[in-house]
Amino acid sequence: MEEIKLIVDGKRLDGRGFEELRPIKIEAGVLKRADGSCYLEMGKNKVVAAVYGPREVHPKHLEEPDRAIVRYRYSMAPFSVEERKRPGPDRRSIEISKVSREALEPVIMKELFPRSAIDIFVEVLQADAGSRTACLNAASVALVDAGIPMKGIVTSVAVAKVDGVLVLDPMKEEDNYGEADIPFAFLIRNGKIESITLLQMDGRVTAEELRKALELAKKGAMEIYKLQREAIMKKYVKEEEVME
Amino acid sequence: MISRKIVLPGDLVSTNPKTAGPGTYVEGNKVYARVLGLLDKTDTGVRIIPLKGRYIPSVGDTVIGIVREVTANGWIVDINSPYIAFLPVLENPAMKPNRKPNDVLDIGDAIIAKVMNIDPKMKVTLTMKDKLCRPIRVGRIVAINPTRVPRVIGKKGSMIKLLKSELDVQIIVGQNGLIWLNGDRRKVSIAEEAIYIIEQEAHTEGLTDRITEFVKKRKVEMGLEKPEEKEVSEDQG
Repeated sequence: MEEIKLIVDGKRLDGRGFEELRPIKIEAGVLKRADGSCYLEMGKNKVVAAVYGPREVHPKHLEEPDRAIVRYRYSMAPFSVEERKRPGPDRRSIEISKVSREALEPVIMKELFPRSAIDIFVEVLQADAGSRTACLNAASVALVDAGIPMKGIVTSVAVAKVDGVLVLDPMKEEDNYGEADIPFAFLIRNGKIESITLLQMDGRVTAEELRKALELAKKGAMEIYKLQREAIMKKYVKEEEVME
Repeated sequence: MISRKIVLPGDLVSTNPKTAGPGTYVEGNKVYARVLGLLDKTDTGVRIIPLKGRYIPSVGDTVIGIVREVTANGWIVDINSPYIAFLPVLENPAMKPNRKPNDVLDIGDAIIAKVMNIDPKMKVTLTMKDKLCRPIRVGRIVAINPTRVPRVIGKKGSMIKLLKSELDVQIIVGQNGLIWLNGDRRKVSIAEEAIYIIEQEAHTEGLTDRITEFVKKRKVEMGLEKPEEKEVSEDQG
């Protein structure tokens, strides 16, 4: 098979620089019946997130006496990929749901709502690479929109290694034919990155490269954080304008 | 009203941990916001007025609930919150000996009650031993976002007084976002519309004046009152 060149003339296949994100569009509060919701586009990824709760736990045995439980469901629509995906949870989406939930759990103040559940549903309508990062970004905006107490905002972005260089926010070709894909999620508080809440790696990089990847991801995350803030502010801006 | 800034979870709101109020949390001697809301900062304290969120019961609140289940010793009541409430038979003055609970209140009945007790496991107990409390047999129940309830009541009840005096309807506001209205059907409709406007435009300035104007206009439109000022009649055209 012929080797696919992923970097041509110092640029990536879609014309981006190495440290450039795909175009992002975020809209908060898109679903009427959910407590909080968000529609997000990250390049060709299109995802919608819905948050319900805190609400009663069903089935009852999952209830925790001293804190709320967090449930996260990542799901891909059958039409989200080129070849029809069998609907329903599979091995991959169960795993993504678990790691994403664990990325959000330390940020949500669960102890404020004993015996309740916070449900997060994220549906991938169109998938490109990095759909888990897009979903986390959308879920985080939806959580804020639902008025759920949190320590900060979660922002997620991936870094990939393709043709020997580290690139930010890989798209499909880079993910499929690259050497490594490293999704990150950060807790951002007061405009500063406080901690890493998710780190996965597919492929191989050196320790030095991982350090560089982290720096690159931090830069990208700050940009996404600004967009997330803007999206939430935009929904409430009318109220602010009148007040001023 | 002073202009208030919108804050997001994690925003630094103060560096004095002693001032931390509702909607904030302290970590490392700094005060951060924990919910999406409006920043209310004074010399003595910082608090966040939430813009969204569910109703979390607290003792003494007046709530409107719907009976979901009848048991031998009381009623299980849905109070529009993550936690269901329990109204014991002993706390309902309508219970007389030799009456069964389901003769007094049945599934689907709406009641006005007070939160009597909440235990650490968030088991909520209600009481109806208060002159305000009653089963609801007439009128209309309007649901709004619980975080907007303080605005519907207004400063020292100003907004609710306005609606009551202008429209001559009975209004009881549940802290859980359910509001009971009773009176002339058309007037109740105006009150309902007004409440939705308050919900939509809560946290904006001059809301009381706009509501006064709106109620007057609607009353003329519904033919309940003759236009008194010339400006009002011009607005009609």
